[in-house]
Amino acid sequence: MADLDTPFRRFVADFREDKVAVGAAVLFVAIFAAAMACAYISPQNPYDLRQLDIMDGKMPPGKASMDGLVFWLGSDGQGRDMVSAILYGLRTSFLVAVTSGFIAAAVGTAVGLAAAYYGGWVDTLLMRTVDIKLSFPAILIALVLLAVFGQGTGKIVVALVVIQWAYYARTVRASALVERRKEYVEAAQCLALPQRRILFRHILPNCLPPLIVVGTIQIANSIALEATLSFLGVGLPITEPSLGLLIANGFEYILSGVYWISFFPGVALLVTIVSINLVGDRLRDVLNPRLQK
Amino acid sequence: MSVFIIRRLSQSALVLLIMSLLVFFGVFAIGDPIEIFIAADADQAERERAIAALGLDKPIWLQYFYFLANALGGDLGRSFVFNIPAIDLILLRLPATLELAFCAVFLSVAFGIPLGMYAGYRPDSRAAKTIMATSIAGFSLPTFWVGLMMILVFAVELGWLPASGRGELGTFLGIQSSLFTLNGLAHLALPALNLALFNISLVIRLTRAGMRENMPMDYVKFARAKGLTQRRVVFVHVMKNIMIPVVTVIGLEIGQVIAFAVVTETIFAWPGMGKLIIDSINNLDRPVIVAYLLIIVLMFIVINLVVDVLYSVLDPRVRLSDTGK
Amino acid sequence: MQKATLKAFAFAAALAVATPFAGLPAPAAAQTLTVGVGGNITSMDPHFHNLGPNNNIAQYFFDRLVHFDAQQKPIPGLAESWRSIDDNTWEFKLRRGVKFHDGSDFDAEDVVASFKRVPWVPNSPSSFVAFVLGLETTVVDSHTLRFRTPAPRPLMPIDFAVVNIVNRKNAESPTSDFNSGAAMNGTGPFRFGQFAPGDRVSMTRNDAYWGEKSHWASVTTRIITNASARTAALLAGDVQIIDQVQTADLPRLKQNTNLRLERVIGNRLIYLHLDHNRDETPFLFDKATGQPLKANPLKDLRVRQALSKAINRQALAERIFDGEAIPAGGLLPDGFYGASPKLKPEAQDLAGAQRLLREAGFPNGLKMTLHGPNDRYPEDDKVLQALGPMFTRAGIETSVVPMPWATYASQSSAPTFAFSVMLVGWGSDTGETSSPLRALLATRSPGFGASNRGRYSNPTMDALLNRALQTVDPAAREKLLFEASELAVGDVGIIPLYYQVNLWGLRANLTYQARTDEYTLAHLVKPR
Repeated sequence: MADLDTPFRRFVADFREDKVAVGAAVLFVAIFAAAMACAYISPQNPYDLRQLDIMDGKMPPGKASMDGLVFWLGSDGQGRDMVSAILYGLRTSFLVAVTSGFIAAAVGTAVGLAAAYYGGWVDTLLMRTVDIKLSFPAILIALVLLAVFGQGTGKIVVALVVIQWAYYARTVRASALVERRKEYVEAAQCLALPQRRILFRHILPNCLPPLIVVGTIQIANSIALEATLSFLGVGLPITEPSLGLLIANGFEYILSGVYWISFFPGVALLVTIVSINLVGDRLRDVLNPRLQK
Repeated sequence: MSVFIIRRLSQSALVLLIMSLLVFFGVFAIGDPIEIFIAADADQAERERAIAALGLDKPIWLQYFYFLANALGGDLGRSFVFNIPAIDLILLRLPATLELAFCAVFLSVAFGIPLGMYAGYRPDSRAAKTIMATSIAGFSLPTFWVGLMMILVFAVELGWLPASGRGELGTFLGIQSSLFTLNGLAHLALPALNLALFNISLVIRLTRAGMRENMPMDYVKFARAKGLTQRRVVFVHVMKNIMIPVVTVIGLEIGQVIAFAVVTETIFAWPGMGKLIIDSINNLDRPVIVAYLLIIVLMFIVINLVVDVLYSVLDPRVRLSDTGK
Repeated sequence: MQKATLKAFAFAAALAVATPFAGLPAPAAAQTLTVGVGGNITSMDPHFHNLGPNNNIAQYFFDRLVHFDAQQKPIPGLAESWRSIDDNTWEFKLRRGVKFHDGSDFDAEDVVASFKRVPWVPNSPSSFVAFVLGLETTVVDSHTLRFRTPAPRPLMPIDFAVVNIVNRKNAESPTSDFNSGAAMNGTGPFRFGQFAPGDRVSMTRNDAYWGEKSHWASVTTRIITNASARTAALLAGDVQIIDQVQTADLPRLKQNTNLRLERVIGNRLIYLHLDHNRDETPFLFDKATGQPLKANPLKDLRVRQALSKAINRQALAERIFDGEAIPAGGLLPDGFYGASPKLKPEAQDLAGAQRLLREAGFPNGLKMTLHGPNDRYPEDDKVLQALGPMFTRAGIETSVVPMPWATYASQSSAPTFAFSVMLVGWGSDTGETSSPLRALLATRSPGFGASNRGRYSNPTMDALLNRALQTVDPAAREKLLFEASELAVGDVGIIPLYYQVNLWGLRANLTYQARTDEYTLAHLVKPR
């Protein structure tokens, strides 16, 4: 089994040892696929006001609308089918989290590489900024930014980028520092390869594993944070509710026993975040060289 | 060390300055506070009078300059809404938030350490696995949703605990707190647990990791060889060693808990600072927003500094320096 | 470490055991009342901020020359009677034997001092100046006052129903003295206890009150701005009465036999403002191309009528408010002074709306964006989201943009006027129709059209309103107000949607005379 030794195969084999993590990964892929395909598979477009009728509002799970559409998880106050609303909400949550994750990873990687490669005062300045940034809680930073910029999808992405970039920067710097001292880099330097090439073709690829681990966990965190901000009313607009807003909208009905408006989106949110975290946990174990057998 | 502290403080001053600039100039970008405060049928004259009364008739850089000058004297301005100095307003709400935050930290220690120690002591037992699985859920569960479900179950369906608000205050040793009345404790239970949930999971995981790291170590074997009881080894020797990281993290988490109280306070209508800041954002009450942020940032800077200094005192191997670790 | 933890446990345990004796609340005496209110009371100073919750709480501690009954009809307060001597002069006879909480006597000097304090209050974000402006005051004797104005002012008694009377000694007391209680020396039914901003106000009964005394020896008003939390507090028995019951909780309150509801149709109209002013309005588009239209279709009466016909007001009231809202056709509900009985709510007529659009030259319909707040009026976001499909079915494809009041308030008004069709609410503090006519529909000019976000302008209506505002005779004035309202609403200056119903939830053994002005007054809460 010589071909088992490519890094990727070894990684897959390692990952598969933990049955729970595999289950979580499958679950996550299923949720993600369903959310991305929501326009094709959900019974209703909950963002299209023409498809809604308030006469269908607050239907309990299993009841049918006037047009014969069955609300398997009930409907919200506006007559939105909860299944559709959850799928669309998940898509919004994913889009926000993944977009902000990629931008933050790009910014953080650039900062981390620069700090590690140049060292000296560049390193001190950048890493001190990272330290300061990391010493403030995410929710506080988000509140400041959203108080200043107002709410909206673009703005929440910006806020999430500002919150996350430092985690990536610190991770990339740490592994780049290790890589920089390795012989292959010295060899490349001896060959007088351009700096850019050394940075991006030699050092960066070797920083990817920890970056992937951080990325996974950050995506779960951003989904939770976006939901929290939307719940507080400083996040996304209510006409295109994310999971957090669905839960917030359901809050007011809770005392009247109309539990499904906030219960089911909450469960969806929980399952999504738990599955990402389980995958992330396993990735950390598999990709972390210190723990490798 | 004093160089370190001085440098850290001057950096902090810079952070405060940038923060205040950003918020001061930014808050009004999303709306005009006069439109919120003024009676709907007010005419132009009344409008101009109100703008002048709030000091908003001057150019914004001049407003900022006045603010800065006053801030150096410890005056962060008056709330537009309450006409109370912003600092007083925040200090008025501070006890409620601190009470909630400290109860949450207490709960996370009271639950987290024993559970974490057990999970680390017998990692393969069914109970330990359950504890760890639950702690993942505790990490992942969005605080606000858990809060809602707690209200639904314990307040609405079972009727055991009140759904919201702060209970009656009692006085004990000159301190006013809702900890000192039964009614107050009942009101505190759900929000404190809600806020603690994340940290309970965190402490469980930290303690467990510490246990697992320490149990195979030589000093443990040595202590056993000396004939000490297992109980003494675990609760005295090992515990001492796992406490350093746990205490550090808890120290840092106090700040996080205070910041995150925003969410819990909103759900449980707890009259603390977090609710104040959300209301102030909705009202564009700039002096309060700025003051809240400056105070909480200052608090963070102090907590971080104290933790860093303490850490270097506790663990001589740690040297204080400013470059990234 | 272990010892410390043990100590902490021991301490906690000791507390748990000790507290029941140390801090157990006194058994709820029959004479205490706790009220849960939704409005955030920001100050005890009755002249600081003209804001509903503040004006409400001030009524506990202070009186006004004129009071309002539950229907906002003026009744004697600190003034026993008033009359107009001529078109420009009013005379007020003050009540004798009224004492302030500190025992000093009330007389004309206190009124003069209070009116002087109103424009003086520092840092006021919205003052009461307009109510006492331009008065030439004569103290005839210790209990008689005359006020002369340059122009006739028939609404003076109503203006005086808003301005609280403080003690002359407090004419220059700053707001902080009121918050601390030092200056809380009124003539009202309660004596001030304590004010904890954002949390509660406590008080005790004024046993020397000149009017009907409160049943409750001590009252606490708790500020619970979250509607679900307020209901939960009522259900849990933490409070005995709450205001602003949210619609979602009605089913639960209605089925609970320990609780009951009090309701009255309020003075607040929710309506749509339309851009009557610009030649090109920003949020109405050509249906096919999606481009802004060259001419503002809202200037065409038929388009405005079509919008009104598209709305199913009954469905809004029933589905969103559980029946606790009244479809509106005018500016104030029937029974209010100046509310024309001829103005009835329009029924939904989709075919009619489409026909009108065709006649106006839009056979394919229109496209528009509807704006409104999402945190200002009860269920405002839901109303907006329900209106979208209604307009769309009538041929006006509508997208809806709800936004926080903080942003919406400034964008929707001067100088931006960013929107074309927008949802707003108007509560008539005066309890008569000159208030909405003057603020919402009169041509913008000093003192008029302050909230005329659509910049509707109709000189005939302006003239009628002006005559009404200078007519002291009540019957003649009401006739002019009828005419002005019928003209403005017939011209679809605004599109009335519904009147809010003011709701209180309370323990079944209590009663409260529900008020149109939305105020919750503990001294009027009585045991059954």
